[in-house]
Amino acid sequence: MLDERIKPIVMPKWGLSMSEGKVTNWLKTVGARLAPGDEILEVETDKIAGVVEAGDVGTLRRVIGEPAATYPVKALLGVIAAEDVSDAEIDAYVAGYVTPAAGAGDDQEAGPRYEFAETTAGSIHYARRGEGAETIVLVHGFGGDLDNWLFNIDALAGKARVYALDLPGHGQSTKTVGEPSLAGLSSALTAFMDAVGIDSAHLIGHSMGGAVVLRTAIDTPERVKSLTLIASAGLGPEINAAYIDEFVAAATRRELKPVVEQLFDDPGLVSRQLVDDLLKYKRLDGVADALSSLARALFANGRQADLLAGDLAELQRPTQVIWGANDRIIPSAHATKSDSARVEVIDDAGHMVQIEKASRVNELILTHIMR
Amino acid sequence: MARNISFKQAINEALDLEMRRDPTVIVMGEDIVGGAGSPGETDAWGGVLGVTKGLHAKYGGRLLDTPLSESAYIGAAIGAAACGMRPVAELMFLDFMGVCFDQIMNQAAKFKYMFGGKAKTPVVIRAMVGAGFRAAAQHSQMLTPIFTHVPGLKVVCPSNAYDAKGLLIQSIRDDDPVIFCEHKNLYGLEADVPAESYAIPFGEANVVRDGKDVTIVGYGLMVHRALEAAEKLAKSRIEAEVIDLRTLSPIDLDTVIESIEKTGRLVVVDEANPRCSIAADVVAAVTQNAFQALKAPPQMVTAPHTPVPFSPVLEDLYIPSADGIAAAVSKITKTALAA
Repeated sequence: MLDERIKPIVMPKWGLSMSEGKVTNWLKTVGARLAPGDEILEVETDKIAGVVEAGDVGTLRRVIGEPAATYPVKALLGVIAAEDVSDAEIDAYVAGYVTPAAGAGDDQEAGPRYEFAETTAGSIHYARRGEGAETIVLVHGFGGDLDNWLFNIDALAGKARVYALDLPGHGQSTKTVGEPSLAGLSSALTAFMDAVGIDSAHLIGHSMGGAVVLRTAIDTPERVKSLTLIASAGLGPEINAAYIDEFVAAATRRELKPVVEQLFDDPGLVSRQLVDDLLKYKRLDGVADALSSLARALFANGRQADLLAGDLAELQRPTQVIWGANDRIIPSAHATKSDSARVEVIDDAGHMVQIEKASRVNELILTHIMR
Repeated sequence: MARNISFKQAINEALDLEMRRDPTVIVMGEDIVGGAGSPGETDAWGGVLGVTKGLHAKYGGRLLDTPLSESAYIGAAIGAAACGMRPVAELMFLDFMGVCFDQIMNQAAKFKYMFGGKAKTPVVIRAMVGAGFRAAAQHSQMLTPIFTHVPGLKVVCPSNAYDAKGLLIQSIRDDDPVIFCEHKNLYGLEADVPAESYAIPFGEANVVRDGKDVTIVGYGLMVHRALEAAEKLAKSRIEAEVIDLRTLSPIDLDTVIESIEKTGRLVVVDEANPRCSIAADVVAAVTQNAFQALKAPPQMVTAPHTPVPFSPVLEDLYIPSADGIAAAVSKITKTALAA
């Protein structure tokens, strides 16, 4: 019988393709008292490096995963238990732990489902996970894709039905961007919601995706229950124009890596695989045109063309704004452009705050939509 | 959307997508339809190993089964390229270059220079390369160095299905003559390949494995031997970085040198004969440009300076092996790591 007082720390599953991960570093030692959200150890996958956080209160009693060693998803890396649990009980737990085989469990356990929706805006690639009364739609930013929510989908899916899509011109969706504007992308978003049968949802947008969901809330408020704008475009005129230009122009790993590093507070998070995957996307026919047409329409002359902070004030929709304090793409000062929104600026995070501070962002999103 | 397809299918798909996109793309060569003019040609063989199978049914007359004369049809392809077409000519085995080399070296490679940049020759010459196919000395050579030596030619030799598709599409879109080398022992190798069109730029090597102790450089089939060697070395705690050159002309020395600045050690693997090889070229360039970064003498692991043997036993010994690569690495890491 599994002892309820003993909690395993296991190799997480970040995204569909992850089957194993490498332990890089323990941030806590045996005996450390843990609260939910505390960072316990660092794990590196072929996609990205991330941090495993405590899900329970307790003491770190065993460190099992060895630095530099690779373990399958759900392998036992450590044990959390209360002080009064005996060492013998923990030893028995460790000895009796069996790593579930890959693909074991139901679909929910195996990670998000990836599908395509045929919409009036073309073929849209998306992931769906979780069940619940509330529906969340995650919208990535310029040059991004639904994997930008790798560390968010699973956590949010515990409480809600979660969709993440690739916008037109991005990821594996159609490379044809109808009208290269916020209105055009917003209509693709509502076309997607129509196609998969979402009447209204909590919309969460990152960067350019923030401006897209904001546009959607202004044009079709009935489709929007609440807004979460993460490092969002559309709130102020400033933007790192060099980043946009260099991202569009970069054709090789050598060119792209330093550009992508600007997205993070910790550039060490940018793995070779992350850059290679981005290059694979950027090389697809049609992507260069899609990105440059969007860049011209939305960020011409190094300024954001659409400023929606004023409209935000008039929206009768609960809105929160989340920013990384060290954002080098869109200044975190834009977080306070709206008086009506709840604002959270997170330290030690860059533009990809939903990756760098995933558990804090997940917590903020869940609190916001349950409010 | 990416699916798992073979190297051979990736080549076929690249030809298919480019023929669909651009009506000036034509494909010509011996037996590439494999039954032109006869009943059942739509279901014909599609080349000696079936790489072009199915294309005739879609593009009909844009696939030309040529007479058994390399000098005639390679010359025709080069002439058509100079006149505005984008021909992809299949030389079957690169070993057959001998009879048409004047067309390639003295004509195709020179037009742009001789006509003051006003002429372009967007021809692709596809051919099988490499040993291990039990096809003996005249069908097994790795002649990449000969073409790399000639200015005006671009030389490509992919190691996997993803690169094969993207590099062939780039080859067809490129305005210069491209020698596209397909290792026959890679045809069955599968990888995740997007269904869409994409082009991989020339002159960007691919770091296929990260390591800090030694840099192993290769191309084509040798990339896989190098990776195999790296796995063996990892067991003795030697972490090898493996670099796939992908294109030999242009060549990406920056990526190689950047890696050596980290590892300080270089082993270059080349299935070609050693003299004036890609291995010799990379070692020379690194020695000249990054001598200070080197902690040990660079090593070359190549075929010996002999023709490819017909005896299967000797042929297997002829091709650089994972053990041979690991031995070369050990030679330059042992003392340093023990210290």
